[in-house]
Amino acid sequence: MLKVEEQQPVEFSSTLLSEADEIIKRYPKGKHKSALLPILHLVQAELGWTSVPAMDKVAEILNIEPIEVYEVASFYSMYFLQPKGKYVLEVCRTGPCCLVGAEKIMNHIEAKLGVKEGEVTKDGLFSWRGVECLAACGYGPVLQIGPEYTFYENLTPQSVDTLIDDLRKK
Amino acid sequence: MSDLVKVTIDGITVEVAPGTSILNAARQIGGDIVPPAMCYYSKLEGSGGKCRTCIVKVSKGSEKDPRPMPKLVASCRTAVMDGMEVQNITSPEVLEARSGVVEILLINHPLDCPVCDQAGECDLQNLSYEHGLQKTRYEFERRTFERIDIGDKIQLHMNRCILCYRCVFVADQITNKRVHGILNRGDHSEISTYIQTAVENDFSGNVIDVCPVGALTDKTFRFKNRVWFTKPVDAHRNCNHEKCNGKVTLWYKGEDVLRVTARKDQFGEVEEFICNECRFDKKATADWVIEHPTHISDTSVISSNHYDTFKPLPVIKENLALQEANKVELEKTAKF
Amino acid sequence: MGRKLLLEHINVPGINTLDVYRQKGGYRAVEKALKTLTPEEVVEEVKKSGLRGRGGAGFPTGMKWSFLAKPEGVERYLVCNADESEPGTFKDRYLMTYIPHALIEGMIVSSFALGAKTSFIYVRGEMMPQIRILEKAIAEAKAAGLLGKNILGSGYDLELYVQPGGGAYICGEETALLESLEGKRGNPRIKPPFPAIAGLYGCPTVVNNVESIAAVVPIINDGGDEYAKIGIGRSTGTKLISASGNLVKPGVYEIELGLPVEEFIYSDEYCGGIANGKRLKATVAGGSSVPILPANLTLKYANGEPRLMSYESLSEGGFATGTMLGSGGFIAFDEDQCIVRNTWNFARFYHHESCGQCSPCREGTGWMEKILHKLEHGHGTSADIDLLWDVQRKIEGNTICPLGDAAAWPVASAIRHFRDEFEWHVKEPVKSQSCNYGIANYAVPIEKKIEEVKQDNL
Ligand SMILES: Cc1cc2nc3c(=O)[nH]c(=O)nc-3n(C[C@H](O)[C@H](O)[C@H](O)COP(=O)(O)O)c2cc1C
Ligand code: SF4
Ligand code: SF4
Ligand code: FES
Ligand code: FES
Repeated sequence: MLKVEEQQPVEFSSTLLSEADEIIKRYPKGKHKSALLPILHLVQAELGWTSVPAMDKVAEILNIEPIEVYEVASFYSMYFLQPKGKYVLEVCRTGPCCLVGAEKIMNHIEAKLGVKEGEVTKDGLFSWRGVECLAACGYGPVLQIGPEYTFYENLTPQSVDTLIDDLRKK
Repeated sequence: MSDLVKVTIDGITVEVAPGTSILNAARQIGGDIVPPAMCYYSKLEGSGGKCRTCIVKVSKGSEKDPRPMPKLVASCRTAVMDGMEVQNITSPEVLEARSGVVEILLINHPLDCPVCDQAGECDLQNLSYEHGLQKTRYEFERRTFERIDIGDKIQLHMNRCILCYRCVFVADQITNKRVHGILNRGDHSEISTYIQTAVENDFSGNVIDVCPVGALTDKTFRFKNRVWFTKPVDAHRNCNHEKCNGKVTLWYKGEDVLRVTARKDQFGEVEEFICNECRFDKKATADWVIEHPTHISDTSVISSNHYDTFKPLPVIKENLALQEANKVELEKTAKF
Repeated sequence: MGRKLLLEHINVPGINTLDVYRQKGGYRAVEKALKTLTPEEVVEEVKKSGLRGRGGAGFPTGMKWSFLAKPEGVERYLVCNADESEPGTFKDRYLMTYIPHALIEGMIVSSFALGAKTSFIYVRGEMMPQIRILEKAIAEAKAAGLLGKNILGSGYDLELYVQPGGGAYICGEETALLESLEGKRGNPRIKPPFPAIAGLYGCPTVVNNVESIAAVVPIINDGGDEYAKIGIGRSTGTKLISASGNLVKPGVYEIELGLPVEEFIYSDEYCGGIANGKRLKATVAGGSSVPILPANLTLKYANGEPRLMSYESLSEGGFATGTMLGSGGFIAFDEDQCIVRNTWNFARFYHHESCGQCSPCREGTGWMEKILHKLEHGHGTSADIDLLWDVQRKIEGNTICPLGDAAAWPVASAIRHFRDEFEWHVKEPVKSQSCNYGIANYAVPIEKKIEEVKQDNL
């Protein structure tokens, strides 16, 4: 169980709040809970991960119990309940991609970044993890980087190196 | 009578209201042909369908459409149709599939019955005895969680949980605020509050009574004891809580009230939910008006003491009604 | 060259914009349907077309639409399933990326047919770029009067929204998708009731795959009868096939149903054969959930007749010697691939993606993964193979939703057709860690059985 005291209180930007308002309007009266997944994406894009204080705030916005937000956020794989690196490299690890070398790419990333799956590099810039099929199997190996989920296809160790070096320079 | 529908379960016919589930129709017949239900709870809306222990075979869909259903179905969530024929303990296929479900439910279960408060009134324990699963074929490390207190009255042993969702439904439907729920996904799912909060609520204690296993237990259960050494007695008091009628079962050891629970019916369901004050704070005989010893259903190991010989198939040979209803089948098997 | 109905203009520069899409004949179906047809007539055309759901189950779309309950004064919804997560399937992403208006146009016509005033496209959350593309296309369509109030002066109103998922394969199952769209955990619902009676927010709802909805456009343009002329038997029309694995030209292809499997794999118009001059060992023809087949049974039936890309032909022989068209995710394995490893990989996928609601799937998928991990890493025994068979049987048919079956079938079929390879991992625990079993006899062509002519008629 998490200790809440360890987590910083959060403020959402006014852009986020007004975008959230817009989203809520899409749904019929009383069905505003539908906005939960989209709003959690906004929150994670802004904060980099989905902390307890952030989830509590979302519960407040949607007028639902905090546990309902925790239940949902922990069900889906895209919401990070722990802090992550600035760039999270998510490499597809499912069958079709493995037929064309995804495992080799993951090993390469692990060696290049020097951190294990799920960990953060010392400079706070990178994390990586294997994810399930990203619906791009014909262009494998592939990886994506949030929050916009930019896609990189037909990866080779060289193209991964270039990608990581470019991100470092940014 | 015309608006009743006829359904035959293991050869015994009963007439029930349209929309009744197969399980509830079987409960109207009663006895050995009632499928075991680990997640369905008639007092909790939306419950059922998850544990799959109540599966049965529909060998005839209805009078209108007599085709059998292609798969075994969850009897708790399948409505009867007029003329439907169902096989439960007379179908070897059902028994095999059910024992498969029980085996699978046990692979991550700690099998710590000797130290579990629920032992003796645990549906999972009863089921595994009935299905004679002596030895597990699961050789991997079992999933483990830490034992936690949710509030000062209730303890959660997540290792034992079978994710029936009953406690979540109780919190949603019986209490006015839910602070615990199901977190994570798949076999990482767990009952939790996620953050450290106490479950504090007038009716929260009811999660203990609905839990089919020993995952949620009463921390105030004094002198931890095996339930079959205790003596259950029905009692009541004038409870001030508007939603509680103060009708309970007191569990005695000698002169001491060890714990208080709601009264349970023959299917192990509470008759009426009780408030936390009755459950946790009234542990003196003087608090209660004693009625009479509690009748314990005879499939429970508390009363039966014969669980190691109980097997569904032999049951048919002892039960006259079943024998009569399944004459043809029995004759067939007798030939082998 | 096969006919192209969905991807005809895919290479036209700017086809992702409303202007170019319209120049190429886009939104004719909206004009035709809203101005000249009644909703019932649109449903009728779709029925006539014989279109079957492209999301995996292959249920006739027109029939599904006609089941939609229409109680007075209750909203109805159309929800497009763009959760595309079945390993091996990537056609919906392709369509939405390059020709988003095809989906929007299909949504308008289909919503009109069903009488929906609000419709949703549920896109898996990872497809954020596609979500942006669709949102842009919707804005364009709205600005052109093709969405919103009184579309093209027809009096029909429609709002269309894009909803992101949160990362869960199970949300492709239609009732899990609806739960997710309601802001909940993606637990499939226990059926009945079916969505056609009580779906989104308890209202009658139709859930259709992206490709099914896009296919409504050519059906309305050319008429259901024309569409039904393409294809073979009950497999009408064209189908997008996502081809992946060890192929010369993996990618998305639009085929006329009924194309021989051999032609699809080897002809230059499609996949161009197996990459790097290798031989084909096995295929998974319809996304990871369908049974895996050795190369020889992929190309021919057990009796030697050629197998075709169609619903019926791929399932010829049942599970003993056949498979399924599923979502059209065609995965090719070359001679160097290890079937045990792939089976373990798929089992891990289903274990990871099980929602955890019902016990056989929640516990059984993990058990299968562990046994397969053991076998793949050379620690398995023959008894483990039998146990694995047993466990998959305990799951199949015993769960709330078909994910349980989807997890069991790949394992069952791998053992059924590649048992030798499993046994080899047991017998050669060291060798199997450094080299592969190889192609064995999995590609030995099946001879056509010639009916013996009876000579004794004299
Ligand atoms: C586990 C599971 C995953 C599924 N994933 C998808 C999916 O990603 N996309 C899809 O269109 N259908 C998927 N389906 C099928 C849907 O439940 C549903 O049948 C389909 O969306 C109906 O659309 P159609 O009739 O147009 O094919 C899935 C089904 C199951 C059981
Ligand atoms: S804790 Fe008990 S009641 Fe709650 S889900 Fe687990 S087994 Fe069911
Ligand atoms: S079969 Fe699996 S995914 Fe489907 S409801 Fe059951 S646990 Fe969830
Ligand atoms: S398997 Fe990697 S994208 Fe599908
Ligand atoms: S009691 Fe029916 S599935 Fe659990």
